[in-house]
Amino acid sequence: MHNKSVAELSRELESGKVSSVELTQQFLDRLKAEDGKYNSFITISEEQALAEARAADELRAAGKATAWTGVPFAHKDIFCTNGIRTTCGSKMLENFVPPYDATVTANFKAAGAVCLGKTNMDEFAMGSSNESSFYGAVTNPWGLSSGDKRVPGGSSGGSAAAVAARLVPAATGTDTGGSIRQPAALCGITGLKPTYGRVSRYGMIAFASSLDQGGPMARTAEDAALMMNVMAGYDPKDSTCIDREVPDYTATLNEPLKGLKIGLPKEYFSDQLSPAMEEQVRNAIREYEKLGATVKEVSLPNARLAIAAYYVIAPAEASANLSRFDGVRYGYRCEDPKDLMDMYTRTRAEGFGTEVKRRILVGTYALSAGYFDAYYLKAQKVRRLIQQDFINAFKEVDVLMSPVSPTPAFKQGEKNTDPVSMYLEDVFTIAINLAGIPAMSVPAGLVDGLPVGLQIIGDYFSEARLLNAAHQFQQVTDWHQREPQ
Amino acid sequence: MQWDIVIGLEIHVQLATQTKIFSGSSIAFGAEPNTQANAVDLAMPGTLPVPNEQAFRYAVMFGLATNAEIGRRSVFERKNYFYPDLPKGYQTTQLAQPIVGPGYVDIDLADGSTKRVRIHHAHLEEDAGKSLHEDYHGMTGIDLNRAGTPLIEVVTEPDMTSAEEAVAFARKLHSLVTSLGICDGDMSQGSMRFDVNISLKPKGSDTLGTRTETKNLNSFRFMEQAIAHEVERQMDILEDGGVIVQETRLYNGDRDESRSMRSKEEANDYRYFPCPDLLPVEIDDAFIEDARARLPELPDARKARFKEHYGLNDYDAGILSADARLAAFFEQTVEHGKDAKLAANWIQGEFSARLNAEEKSVAEAPITGAQLGALVTRIADNTLSSAGAKKVFEALWSGENDDVDAIIEAKGLKQVSDTGALESMVDEVLAGMPDQVAQYQQESDPKKQKKMLGGFMGPLMKASKGQGNPKLFNEILVRKLGG
Repeated sequence: MHNKSVAELSRELESGKVSSVELTQQFLDRLKAEDGKYNSFITISEEQALAEARAADELRAAGKATAWTGVPFAHKDIFCTNGIRTTCGSKMLENFVPPYDATVTANFKAAGAVCLGKTNMDEFAMGSSNESSFYGAVTNPWGLSSGDKRVPGGSSGGSAAAVAARLVPAATGTDTGGSIRQPAALCGITGLKPTYGRVSRYGMIAFASSLDQGGPMARTAEDAALMMNVMAGYDPKDSTCIDREVPDYTATLNEPLKGLKIGLPKEYFSDQLSPAMEEQVRNAIREYEKLGATVKEVSLPNARLAIAAYYVIAPAEASANLSRFDGVRYGYRCEDPKDLMDMYTRTRAEGFGTEVKRRILVGTYALSAGYFDAYYLKAQKVRRLIQQDFINAFKEVDVLMSPVSPTPAFKQGEKNTDPVSMYLEDVFTIAINLAGIPAMSVPAGLVDGLPVGLQIIGDYFSEARLLNAAHQFQQVTDWHQREPQ
Repeated sequence: MQWDIVIGLEIHVQLATQTKIFSGSSIAFGAEPNTQANAVDLAMPGTLPVPNEQAFRYAVMFGLATNAEIGRRSVFERKNYFYPDLPKGYQTTQLAQPIVGPGYVDIDLADGSTKRVRIHHAHLEEDAGKSLHEDYHGMTGIDLNRAGTPLIEVVTEPDMTSAEEAVAFARKLHSLVTSLGICDGDMSQGSMRFDVNISLKPKGSDTLGTRTETKNLNSFRFMEQAIAHEVERQMDILEDGGVIVQETRLYNGDRDESRSMRSKEEANDYRYFPCPDLLPVEIDDAFIEDARARLPELPDARKARFKEHYGLNDYDAGILSADARLAAFFEQTVEHGKDAKLAANWIQGEFSARLNAEEKSVAEAPITGAQLGALVTRIADNTLSSAGAKKVFEALWSGENDDVDAIIEAKGLKQVSDTGALESMVDEVLAGMPDQVAQYQQESDPKKQKKMLGGFMGPLMKASKGQGNPKLFNEILVRKLGG
C-alpha cells in the first residue's frame, strides 16, 4: 500500500478493499518503524489520525466520501493544527498547541483526509537543508545506501523526505524562496508553489508574509492536483488571498501539449549549474519537444538580482513577524527573568536558533533609520523589475523551464556553516516568489544516483497548465516512480 | 521677556465600531480581562488581520467633516517596538499614506472671534492592550481586551497659542466626533486621549523653539492644567538661560506635576514598513459619497439652526449644539415643552448641575427630554411656580414618579391662577392689614412702594397654602392698593 499514490489509495478505499482505519494503521506502523532513519516527523498524531480514519470510514459508509476521504497524509509543522502541537521547527514553540486550525488544515479535515502528523522543517522555514530544525536534521532517503547522510533540502525537507521514503503519499509544504521546489527536487518528488494568494496563509506560521505560499508535495502531478483541489481557494481570513474561481486541477491533466511554447531563461543555464545537472534538464526538455512543444531561449535580465533583493525583503518581514515570540503569551519563556528586558532578551536568545537570529538581525538592520531606502526600498524596486521580466517573458512563451537547484542533494554539514553558499541553493527558485507566480519541481533524472528536478514556471494562476505539463511528462518518463535505494 | 506659546495636538479617537479593526472581537468597555481577545488579538502564530470596513467609513466621515482630502490609497505600516501589551511586537498603523489628508477645524474663542486650526492628517491604527501593575503581587497583568480597538490619530499643525485655544480645539473635536457618531466621547474610559506638543519662542520670532510632548491627557481640565504647567516649566528654564530638552513627558493631574518619560536620544527606531499582510486599501468615489450621505448635522450647522429656529442666543446655541446627545436632549425637551428659551435655561441650569454633581453623562441621565419638556410646559402655562418646578424635577430625577402632572397632583403643587379666588384672598389679607395698606398708599416713591408689596406676599402665599400664582397676586395687589 505504501507505494500507492493518493489517487490509487482513494480508489482502493472506494472499492472497499481496505478501510481507512486499516490503511492508517499500516501507514502509522511503517512511519514509526522507518522514520528513525530520516527524522522526517516532529510529531506523530496517532490517536487523532485513527479518530479521523474512523470518521472517514463512517462518512464513506454514509455515501459522503470525497477523493480524500480516509487517505493518509501529513502537514508540514508550520500549519496550525487544533489540539496538535505546532512547533515550526523551533524551540520557541516546543510547547505550543494551537486552539485553531489553519485554513489549509481545516480544508483537508473537511475533505476527510487523515493527518498522520507534523513533518520536520527548518526553523521558521529558514533554510535550504533542514539542518536548522530544533528537532534535528532530516536525512534524505536518497544516497543513504552509499553511507552518506545527505540533506533533503529545505525548508519543507521533512515533507519531501517522508514522501520520498513512502512514509506518506503526500504532504503539505510551504515555499518562501524555494522551500517546496528545492526539497522536492533533492528528494525526487513532485512539488508545486502556487501563485501568491491562491492558497490561504491563515494559520500558516509566517516567515515572510509577501512571499510565503503553501502548496502540495506528492509523488505525482496527479496527486499534486488532488491536493490543490483541497488547498486552493479564497479565504476571508486572509486579506492577501485572491477571490478567484478554483478549477478542478485534475480535469485538464490529460490535455495534449502539442504547440506548448517553452522558454528557457538563459540566465538559468549559466555556469552556476553543473554540466551533469544541465544535461539532465536538457534531456527532460527534449521529452517535451517529443510531446509537441516548441522551445526558445528567453531572458530574465534582472534575475541575477533576486537573491540580493530576497535577502533584504524576507528578513525584513521576518524581523517583524517573529516579534510576537516574546515569552509573554505563549511559547518558550526563559527561566526566572529578573525584569522585562531580561525576559525579552533571554527568551529570544534561548528560544531561537542561529539562522533565525541571523535573519532577524539582518532584517532589523535593513529597516533601520538611515538604511531603509538603500536596502528595503531598493529591494522593492528590484522586485518590480524581476516581476516585469516574467510578465515580458510570458508574452512570448507559455511556460518557462529551468533547473530547480544548482546541484543534487549535498551532504549534511557541507554548507550549514556558510550562509551565503546555502542561500545560493535557491538561485533558480527565489525570483519566482518575488514575482508571485507559480512554479513546479518535477523529477527529471539522476546525477550520481541522486534526483534532479526540472522547474516549470508559469504565469499567474496557471497552476492547471503546470500540472498538465508535469502530468504529461510523467506519462512518458518514470523518474517520479524511482525509489531511493 | 515676552514669549509666544506654540501648541500642536495629537488626539487618539477610539472609533465606536462593533468589532476590532482587524478581528471580529467586540470592543465594548469594561469586560473581564482578556474575554474580548481572540487568536488574532493575541497574535497567535499564523493568524492574520482582516480590515474592518466600518473603521474606514468612520475615518472618511471624519475627513469629510474636517474639510480634508481623503487618501484614495491608504497603506498600513508596521511600527515595531516591544511592549507586553503590544501582542504582535508591532502596531499596525498608517504613516506615509494615511486615510485622511490635510484639513481644518474652526474654533470659537471666548472673545467671540473664530480661529482656524489646520489638521496635518489623521490616520487609522489599532490600540494596544493595557498593562495592569496593581493586584499582581509585583508582577504585571496584561489585558488585551483593548488591543485592536480602532483609533484615528488626529495630528494638528502647531496652530494654537494658548491653553484656551487648545482646549477649545479639543472640545470642538469632541463635539465633532460625537456628533458624527464615530466615537462615544467617553473621556473617562479613554475614548479620546490627547498628546500636547508645546514650545516657546521669543515674542514675534519666526523660529520655533524646542518642543516637548506631554502624553495621554484624558480630560479637558488636565489638558488645560498640563499646558499651563509645561509653559511655566519651559519659561522658567528659558528665563534662567537654560535650554529645553526635546522629550516626552508624563503629567500627573492629581499632583499637578510632570516628569520626563524619555528623551529624543532614547526614542525608539520604529522601523516602519508597509504591512505585507494587508493590501493597500483603495477608497473610491462611491465609498466617499456613501460616507458623505451618512454625515449627520454637524455642530456648526446645528448651532446656526438653534439660533435661527429656536431663537436662542449665540452662547446658549453654542453650548447646546456642541454635544450631540445634549443637543438631541434639548430638541426632545423643546418638542414636548414648546418654550425653547425656558428649556435651554433648565438644561443648562438644573439638569447640567445635577449631571455634573453626580458625574453622569447625558446618556446616563435618569430623566428624558420628554419629561423635562412636560415640566417646561407646566412652568410656561403657569401651572407651576419656580419653587414648585424644582420639586417636580427632584421627583423625576429620583425616580419617585415619572409623570409630571401626576407629581403636581400628588404634591399639590398646582398654582391657583383663578383670578376670582385670588382676588378674594387679596381682599381678605388687605382687610387684615389696614396699617400697612395706609402706609403704602401714603408713599409717593414708586420704588419704595414696590418694595412694600413684598410685605403682602408672605401672608398671601400663606393664605393660598403656597399655591397662589405670585405673578397674578402681584398684579391684583397693585391694582387694589393703587385704586
